[in-house]
Amino acid sequence: MRRRNSIVFIVLCIIFALAVSVVFPLDKGILGSRGIKLGLDLQGGVHLVYQADLSQVSGDQGGAVDGAMAILNNRINPMGVTEPVIQRQGTDRIVVELPGTKITDQEKERLSQVDILQFGELAAENETAKWTDELGRWKPATAEIDGVTKPLSSQYFKSNTYVNRDQMGNIFLFFEWTDEGARISKDITTRLVGKPLGIFEGDEPLRSTAGIPVAPTVIEAITDKGQITGLSFPEATTLSKQLNYGRLPVPLKLIFDDTVSPVLGSDFVARSVKAGIIGSALVMLFMILYYKLAGLIASLALIFYAALVLAVFKLWPGGGVTLTLAGIGGFVVSIGMAVDANVLIFERMKEEINSGRTYAASVEAGFARAWSAIWDSNVTTFIVCGILYWLGSSVAASAPVMGFALTLFIGVAVSMFTAIFVSRTMLRLFVGTALAKHLALFSSVYAGGRG
Amino acid sequence: MFDIIGKRKWILIITAIYLLVAIVAIGIFRLKPGIEFSSGSILTLNFEQKVTQADLQTALDGAGYENTIIQQTAGGDYIIRTREMSGADKTGLEKTLSDKFGKLREVEFNSISPMIAAETTQNTAIAVAIALVAMLIYMTWAFRRMPSPVLFGTSAVLVLAHDVIFTLGFFAIAGHFLNWDVSLMFITGILALVGYGINNVIVVFDRIRENLTRGVSKDFAAVSNMSMIETLGRCLNSVITTQITVLAVLLFVGASIRDFAVVLLVGLVAGTFSSTFIAPALLVVWEKNKEMKSAP
Repeated sequence: MRRRNSIVFIVLCIIFALAVSVVFPLDKGILGSRGIKLGLDLQGGVHLVYQADLSQVSGDQGGAVDGAMAILNNRINPMGVTEPVIQRQGTDRIVVELPGTKITDQEKERLSQVDILQFGELAAENETAKWTDELGRWKPATAEIDGVTKPLSSQYFKSNTYVNRDQMGNIFLFFEWTDEGARISKDITTRLVGKPLGIFEGDEPLRSTAGIPVAPTVIEAITDKGQITGLSFPEATTLSKQLNYGRLPVPLKLIFDDTVSPVLGSDFVARSVKAGIIGSALVMLFMILYYKLAGLIASLALIFYAALVLAVFKLWPGGGVTLTLAGIGGFVVSIGMAVDANVLIFERMKEEINSGRTYAASVEAGFARAWSAIWDSNVTTFIVCGILYWLGSSVAASAPVMGFALTLFIGVAVSMFTAIFVSRTMLRLFVGTALAKHLALFSSVYAGGRG
Repeated sequence: MFDIIGKRKWILIITAIYLLVAIVAIGIFRLKPGIEFSSGSILTLNFEQKVTQADLQTALDGAGYENTIIQQTAGGDYIIRTREMSGADKTGLEKTLSDKFGKLREVEFNSISPMIAAETTQNTAIAVAIALVAMLIYMTWAFRRMPSPVLFGTSAVLVLAHDVIFTLGFFAIAGHFLNWDVSLMFITGILALVGYGINNVIVVFDRIRENLTRGVSKDFAAVSNMSMIETLGRCLNSVITTQITVLAVLLFVGASIRDFAVVLLVGLVAGTFSSTFIAPALLVVWEKNKEMKSAP
């Protein structure tokens, strides 16, 4: 019996050593794992949900959404985001997650435009304006082609735009009109000679590096090609690539937007670590003061617990658990909950010791009797974790809840293991030693008085 | 041994009184739904220069954003809660504010459309309902060998309802005076409370189950009383350890997770009282009623 226990103890020590070696360093991977992944709320980033408007699509709706996802992907790639996530949710929604980046409002706006660029002319007093900026009120620049009014947009760019720099260092984005575009452009620019031609992205003017709306004055009719100036070289290059990928097959409406700056997140991580360390130190202090040697064992089990949970976070299928702020909260709180099983067992042991049993018998009875309550209460927590996970996966706005549910689930499951195996194995080590005769060491301060 | 169960009428009367206060508070003050449920935008800004909350409020009113709720974080950032803003609206507002107050940095922007908000509300309601029903079913099943398992299940769920109502009442009052709204983290806290708060009930009921099986006494009230006192130490200690970590989260992590921590803090205090005293008291009242009805 004691020999078997010693073997279990050694195995647990090996598991602990493995867990620690998986966990550290926190930000790097080892043994096939990766660094601990931080959610968008912690590392900063953008979480967007688009609703595709399929009302105009008569045929293959799924194909239209897939097409939109491909275009979104192509528009995101030139922005240099590492590991963007573009997923379909349901039939007509697209979820975009861009971790670790702070994209500008202009870039965000550009993603969901059917046509990235639209052209405008100044509106007269009595006309309704589509755009308003410091240069004035604008309406879409349109031309009548074969009896149909058509607005001028980047839809009519050939997909061979490119960027070049002249000897003065000015940056140009060159484009060519398609045949239809050339007709519209000719019509409009002939009318606008001497007047500005505004360029817009969605609801906003395209702004130059100086922050001024790009609105060149038309010098002569533009028929087959043109250029846009004022952007920086990287801006123009990104825009050119995005333009060349073409237009979105369906209009997208932004229905959820959460943009977090990386500064906010790093602050949270530091503070969460502090909360975790101080919280668990105080819990250990309490356990040692109240349950003495048994409390010390519970504290060691808690350290084992923390190492094992973090290791599971890293090794979790699918590249590890993504830790969100809520998830870290769940983990820290689960430290307090993890000792719950130990408290149950120790209280039980105390009763057994008080009723005159030996140390060895009290340890075994304490675990056996506390088990049913530990099992029942953990199952209820698992049920709630399942419900929270469903809630988190069902709606965009509640995604952080999923992280909480997962970390709490892992935390509670691991705590059952550590409370039973780790604490019991360590308590059994004392069986037959001189220490086991000093029962007060394992029981609370009140034990002697009531016996 | 103290006879606490003997005073069960008083326990239930006191409980009824403060629950009534909580319900009235919820009725009067209402719980303000956060943007996850009501749609809207939250913009968190950091100003380089010092800006007072009153000045910011005036500027927002002037920019056409009336009825905004402004809160300042520990770090000095301003959290502005307002109606749903498009990207262009936000850019415009930030420009207006930076013209007035100097350089600013956008810390977070979160915008939720009515469609998403409605879905979140609906699914949250489903989640809470399923959680309560699941607890009822599991508790009834776990105590299936008891003479009346449904009583154990029902009592447990009533105790959970007590904890939730108490916490909601607290939030209604605190929310009214401190401008708190009910965020999704609040709901997460409530569900965590339901899952974890029931642990205490289980421990007490488990002991009643064990003592009944062992045949400690024929009197149900005496068994319950004894079980309650035996488990008191454990209930207090495990709440203390949990509260230590909850407090650490509340004090060091702060704002975004505040609702979650406060729910657990308040709910677990209520839960300790309810699981220790109310749950066995309810069981005994029902058992006694049954005995009286079955008596000739």
